[in-house]
Amino acid sequence: MKSALPLLLAAFLMTAAPALTAQSGSLGLPQSIAAGSAFSIPTAGSGQAVLYIVGPAQALRRDVQLGEPVSFPAGVLFNAGHYLAILVAQGSSLDAGQFDVVPAGPPASLSFLAEPSRLPVELQGGVSGTAYVFDAWRNLIVAPLPVTFQLEQASGSPQTQTVTTRNGVAWTRMNSASKEGAATFVARADSAAATRVIQEVPGDPCNLTITAQPDGQQVRIETAPLRDCSGNPIPDGTIVTFTENYNGMQSTVDVPLRHDVARVDMPAFIGATISAASGVVAGNQIRWGGSR
Amino acid sequence: MTWRIPILFCLLFAPLAACLGQSPVQVEPADLQGSRPLEQLTQSAVVRDYLQSWQELQAALDWNQPQLLNQDFVGIAQDRLANTIAGQVGLGIHTRFLNPIHRLQIVFYSPDGLSIQMVDHAEFDDQVLAGDKVLATQRVRTRYLVVLTPAAARWKVRIFQSASEQ
Repeated sequence: MKSALPLLLAAFLMTAAPALTAQSGSLGLPQSIAAGSAFSIPTAGSGQAVLYIVGPAQALRRDVQLGEPVSFPAGVLFNAGHYLAILVAQGSSLDAGQFDVVPAGPPASLSFLAEPSRLPVELQGGVSGTAYVFDAWRNLIVAPLPVTFQLEQASGSPQTQTVTTRNGVAWTRMNSASKEGAATFVARADSAAATRVIQEVPGDPCNLTITAQPDGQQVRIETAPLRDCSGNPIPDGTIVTFTENYNGMQSTVDVPLRHDVARVDMPAFIGATISAASGVVAGNQIRWGGSR
Repeated sequence: MTWRIPILFCLLFAPLAACLGQSPVQVEPADLQGSRPLEQLTQSAVVRDYLQSWQELQAALDWNQPQLLNQDFVGIAQDRLANTIAGQVGLGIHTRFLNPIHRLQIVFYSPDGLSIQMVDHAEFDDQVLAGDKVLATQRVRTRYLVVLTPAAARWKVRIFQSASEQ
């Protein structure tokens, strides 16, 4: 019985050998391919098999004649990422490997966030822009790329900065202009561009001056035209608060600005003090008695 | 009675993280290059939400259930993962990410506070199955670039893109 064992083993191997040969096969995987490009994967062996390409970003299957390359036309595997390639025959894996699909330049689109959408004039570093750069398949392009940011405003020359992306993103800070108006904020990478509009509005009043005139039993208080420190008129509706103090009593009136000016009638108490404020700016004080 | 045995084994022999179903995680100091200061609480929230998203990702790809992605993924990331799951269903396969290890570093916090970019040097067993039959298992080491954006109560993954370790 002991001497028959090698013979039995040899007979088994001879019987099994064709089946083993039919199930052998291997893949010649590239290390990486560009997203969306045509490629082929050489195979070795003989017989029929199935090739799976699976990653978190895409899953594909192809029937394979072993010994012949598996061809993928352009536009089939386009999501960047790390993939497993598995060659399967008769339910068993013959070979498996890994490869990357990498973003394919040039830039095709930008995801551009500009903040804020509205801000006061003359704010240093007040405007920020962040741009993520994508290829034609919406893959984030991680290779360094120059992105040009340009902020074109109602007055003055445009501000321009070129920033190199890091991990697919570039960002910048810019100043708002001295004149109010709509500013165009553009991010550009190669031929891809995105535009945002930012409203630049007057800042706080630079100073606040009031004058008083008698008006019967009343005194008429009026501001000089309100401007910010760059000379931009303060918008209508901005509240000016007038306060009158007399004999321990206080009266307060909020008045919206109209055509750059706010005015109000208050009781004309001899010896009363009258003042005005708007936002963080306080104006001059008047002591009523016929003179300031 | 029988459920107590694995719990007892777990408490006696396994690391705590494994018992809790959590992955080994290393968080490196942020490398923001001046974009915006990052509060410790923000970093903790981002890491917590990202790791939570991995659990969803693992379950969604294993069970081919795209709705599991809804809580933690948005935009391109959600669309791609959902398409992959649809592809897996069509091919009759599913995927398991086993024994993941994460090394995380936040590399960008946008000046407006509306996006955070993180690098995850991840390592895991990537297993592809047809039904219960394992077609292949490969140990994967890869570098995920992840962009998260704030939602109502958490950070959600908007971009989830990998490439091999350099």
